[in-house]
Amino acid sequence: MLLADVTINGSLSAIGYGLAAIGPGIGVGIIFASYIQATARQPESARITQQWVWIGFAVVEALALFGIAFGFVFK
Amino acid sequence: MSSSGAGLLASEFPPSVEEFFPPALFGLDGWLTKFTIFAWVAVGVLIVFFLAASRNPKIVPTRLQWMGESIYGFARDGIAVPNLGHEGVKFAPYFATLFSFILLTNLFSIVPFFQISPNAHIAFPILLAVISYVIFNYVGIRKHGLVKYVKTAVVPNAPWYILPLLIPIEFFSTFIVRPVTLSVRLFANMFAGHMILLVFTLGGFALLGANAWYIQSISVLSWLLAIVLTFLEALVILLQAYVFVVLTSSYIQGALAEEH
Repeated sequence: MLLADVTINGSLSAIGYGLAAIGPGIGVGIIFASYIQATARQPESARITQQWVWIGFAVVEALALFGIAFGFVFK
Repeated sequence: MSSSGAGLLASEFPPSVEEFFPPALFGLDGWLTKFTIFAWVAVGVLIVFFLAASRNPKIVPTRLQWMGESIYGFARDGIAVPNLGHEGVKFAPYFATLFSFILLTNLFSIVPFFQISPNAHIAFPILLAVISYVIFNYVGIRKHGLVKYVKTAVVPNAPWYILPLLIPIEFFSTFIVRPVTLSVRLFANMFAGHMILLVFTLGGFALLGANAWYIQSISVLSWLLAIVLTFLEALVILLQAYVFVVLTSSYIQGALAEEH
């Protein structure tokens, strides 16, 4: 069977979204890793930094969500 | 469920954007869909709840009063005061309203018979973001005056030769990206959450419609995953309501901050 005979069905947006999710995935991982590290080094800072964890998480996660939304917009 | 009903659900399987556009109600095309009704229900429920909770307050609060007070107390002591200091108390009513409205409308996406949140349509988050945008710009301009406010927001403390690069970036991020991300974040979370639940619920029916028992039995796994993801969705709902309010408060804080 030639490679040219192989046909794949489906939307290319799915692959695009997979690629788009790499960056935010790494970013969210870094944010929570840093929070765990900070809390392990200085447990009493946990309450202070918690808010910034969620803000940072939301800001980074927005990129992945743009990916989902635009996957449907630019068909 | 009859087999024809399951077949009908299975035929819906790759869920599309069409799912988010339910038919108009009572023939009022473009005016009344179930999202309109949901938003009205949310407003009504919140008004009744807070009126009932704050009516006839007692020193030892009743359960209802305690619930109302803890929502307001969370917005004031958990978000407004830590971010904005004593000035933040006057924004606490707005934060409490925003938080409870977003929380309730988001919650509709996992409540049976509602099943979808109005926030899964971009129009609702856009309006909420516009309100926050107007508020943080208004308080900033009222405190500093237009010129000084824009200057504080846009001109960072940096060497002069890098400013031509930084000023457009700062302007773009403060006045354009902020409202867009605020609304798109809430919208896309609700949109994606609904989509994921649809994929696994309808996917279960699609698998059930297969013609081999070992594929049909996977449908149980698909539905089980739908239940697990409903709990994840509950977490996202709470988180997005919180994040929206926290970001609003941090934008207000940035607008009120003295020149750095």
